[in-house]
Amino acid sequence: MKNENLYNYLLGIADNSLILGQRMGELCGHGPSLETDIACTNISLDLFGQVRSYFQYAGKIVGDGRTEDDIAMLRKERDYKNVLLVEQPNTNFAFTIGRQFLFDVYHLIFLAELQKSNDLTLSAIANKCIKEVSYHVRFSSDWVKRLGDGTEESKAKMQEAIDALWTYTDELFHQTEADVAMVAKGIGVDVTKLKEDYYLRVGELLKEATLHVPESKWFQKGGKEGIHTEHLGYLLSDLQYMQRTYPNMEW
Amino acid sequence: MTSTEQNIDHKLITILEKVSDPEIPVLSIMDMGVVRSATVVNDIVKVEITPTYSGCPAMDVIGDDIKKALNDAGYKSEIDLILHPAWTTDWITPRGRKALEDYGIAAPLDAEADKDVLLNGKRIVKCTKCGSQNTRLVSQFGSTACKAQFQCDDCQEPFDYFKCLK
Repeated sequence: MKNENLYNYLLGIADNSLILGQRMGELCGHGPSLETDIACTNISLDLFGQVRSYFQYAGKIVGDGRTEDDIAMLRKERDYKNVLLVEQPNTNFAFTIGRQFLFDVYHLIFLAELQKSNDLTLSAIANKCIKEVSYHVRFSSDWVKRLGDGTEESKAKMQEAIDALWTYTDELFHQTEADVAMVAKGIGVDVTKLKEDYYLRVGELLKEATLHVPESKWFQKGGKEGIHTEHLGYLLSDLQYMQRTYPNMEW
Repeated sequence: MTSTEQNIDHKLITILEKVSDPEIPVLSIMDMGVVRSATVVNDIVKVEITPTYSGCPAMDVIGDDIKKALNDAGYKSEIDLILHPAWTTDWITPRGRKALEDYGIAAPLDAEADKDVLLNGKRIVKCTKCGSQNTRLVSQFGSTACKAQFQCDDCQEPFDYFKCLK
């Protein structure tokens, strides 16, 4: 395949947004209040929009006629390269917010670096996305604080969510083969260098939310290599349903 | 090309001004600042548009509407979606800002003030119905991704505020 490393690199970035966007989209009509429902689905829409930019570019550089829809809808589970964090279910609103927050902080510092990519298309996409993501971070941080520093029950739930999701954070800073190749070319971001800043930012916000930073050093990994938790299969059966049932359908 | 420059052929302006944002019908796409260039090359009009937000579902419709408007005026056209330089609310023209306000959407404040109202609860967004600044943020996300939801505590009018994007 032409440009295989760049292709895989783009999918690694875009799949995080695709799967998280799908998770947030699940809340359409089910958010805890009308305003949060709209906010979650707006975030979902932003993420899907970003995914389109990456997938359109990915389709173009491979040049074998595959479209953004093919890439989004017609891969098997093992071919999705998203981190495990984003596929975790909407167990309750604290989990939804915790997952969003833990990803948003990463997403923001990642895009800030991607803006410096010497691939002009990628830097333009990053430049566009970061403006949207800065709103996502505000939204999720605000809710972590509100729930953490809220009632006894909301605090307990928020802490439980952070504790449960913590094990998926370290994977954000793992490098894949495509990562290493793209970093060497000045196209990709060296995620290993973002780790310190990430945990610093997350730690500060958790403190502000009167929550404690989990101490566990046991971390899960595998998503970036296509080894997913059991949740992804169910999510994909929803995501891919229309394309699998009515092949080649278009809106 | 610097970030604010547009390259639009004069004879196309009146045609493009008739195309409006499908979600904000009072606002022409020209006043919105999404048309970055429109030139005639070998009898084909090449138009470059840039999305307000990545996921803005209006972009596909805007592209189709531009094609149709140009076709009605006797031009064949090609539409390109460009991402760089990224759209900013600064590109909304004064006429566009007025159209937004008349339609009931508060126009974006500058970046600092925007932060103050969205993060620090400052009351400075003007109610589009009564003009009072005694307004509060209801939700950072409104009816579309580009807007936040506000309510006026004087006249009680709920309204959208167009968020600053810079």
